[in-house]
Amino acid sequence: MDIIFYIAAVIAFIATVGVVTRKNAIHALLYLVVSLLAVSVIFFVLGAPFVAALEVIVYAGAIMVLFVFAIMMLNLGKDGIAKESPFLNFGSWLIPAILCLVLLGELGYVFYFHQVGDHDLREIGPKEVSSSLFGGYVLAVELAGMLLMAGIVGAYHVGREKKREYHRYMQNLETNTEDYE
Amino acid sequence: MSETWAQILIIICVLLGTVTIAAGLIYVERKMLAVWQQRSGPNRVGPFGSLQVLADMIKIFFKEDWIPPFVDKKVFILAPTIIMLSILMSFSIVPFAPGLVVADMNVGLLFFLAMSSLGTYTIILAGWSSDNKYALIGGVRGAAQMISYEVFMSLSLMGVVLQTGSFNMTDIVNSQKGLWNVIPQFIGFVIFLLAGIAETHRLPFDLPEAESELVAGYHSEYSGMKFGMFFVGEYLGITLISCMIALLFFGGWLGPSFLPGIVWFLIKMFAFILFFILLRAALPRPRYDQLMGLGWKVLLPLSLLNVLVTGAIVLLNS
Repeated sequence: MDIIFYIAAVIAFIATVGVVTRKNAIHALLYLVVSLLAVSVIFFVLGAPFVAALEVIVYAGAIMVLFVFAIMMLNLGKDGIAKESPFLNFGSWLIPAILCLVLLGELGYVFYFHQVGDHDLREIGPKEVSSSLFGGYVLAVELAGMLLMAGIVGAYHVGREKKREYHRYMQNLETNTEDYE
Repeated sequence: MSETWAQILIIICVLLGTVTIAAGLIYVERKMLAVWQQRSGPNRVGPFGSLQVLADMIKIFFKEDWIPPFVDKKVFILAPTIIMLSILMSFSIVPFAPGLVVADMNVGLLFFLAMSSLGTYTIILAGWSSDNKYALIGGVRGAAQMISYEVFMSLSLMGVVLQTGSFNMTDIVNSQKGLWNVIPQFIGFVIFLLAGIAETHRLPFDLPEAESELVAGYHSEYSGMKFGMFFVGEYLGITLISCMIALLFFGGWLGPSFLPGIVWFLIKMFAFILFFILLRAALPRPRYDQLMGLGWKVLLPLSLLNVLVTGAIVLLNS
């Protein structure tokens, strides 16, 4: 299974670099989808099939579709590409890249000297995940539920129709009948 | 080693079998539509027109595969492959008979849901990359329809999962030995059937490609084998949804023992495929807001209620 892990990790890495460097927003989002799928494969290999499936259903299947949907409606096209082109000049990515290198160095140091990540992995099935969600972490689940409920109520409030709108045929019909009266 | 070879053989059989059935459905659909509409249907190529599929295949392979100059080329080529890939991947969790399954995962049902949610990309990307207003409208409709109906699709299956206590497809079929799930889970079955039609965007829910208003919707700009992949992908989708209905609600391979299990499974599967075709012959297309209204205002509360009641009954019985 080790080789699958490394292949998925390399794909995730390349795809994530692609997300940053693509100028076309839809292409960047597609790279992000590939990256999420690769991460889901990593979860699967590490013995968490339930989380892997949820990663694909929720992130790759629902949230990213909505992202693509929204960007599709914005219709950025060539203007968007022209606008994003100067974003990636040398000056703007130099400092973040140095910061990332420092973080990478720290990560390597931690892994090298503390020897985390042994291979005594064990598969966690759906039942175990659910019993810990609704056992030990029930408060967090309830809080997340309340947050989602507030979001739904807010969305309903924002999207509510202010007044009743008639179809223009109906409006014409009304004005016409008034004329006749 | 022989076990590995047996597994590879199963994979090849499933792949070839499903693609052959999907291609053969083109003929079955045309012939059955003709029967229901009192026409003859295809009757020129071969006995009773049975070689029509072959003729169509040869035609579609030799047609010019034209990529319009204004499209986003990479995404345009990528889009039709996604639906084939995601649906063929879903077949890996379908147990055709005891032991005859590619991957007997403990999250099998979730894997099916994950793959069907990835299928949304094919419509949305085909619609966007075509750079055509009809294709874009089709893509937007398809995305909204499929995201909405995915919600009820997964919720309607939770009743079955609650009764079985497992996401594993083999366990789900084995738990129906006494009584098929369609009786205790009738509401779940109806919701899954409707959501399945909407997910495969078949008539009467084919709003993304509504040919009377959108030319051909999201695949207006496609030609040759790329169009063929959308077409075969749609039939693969029908086959998959019919398989899932047979497995989840009608006991899969279970049946009286005078026929082997796989035959029972195929009988049930083809019954639902014919039902899908009958729907196309019988029903008109609803308006788009009616489709979404039905989904969010009727099916969502019903499926939530179904989960609640099933959960309460399972809790009482345990």
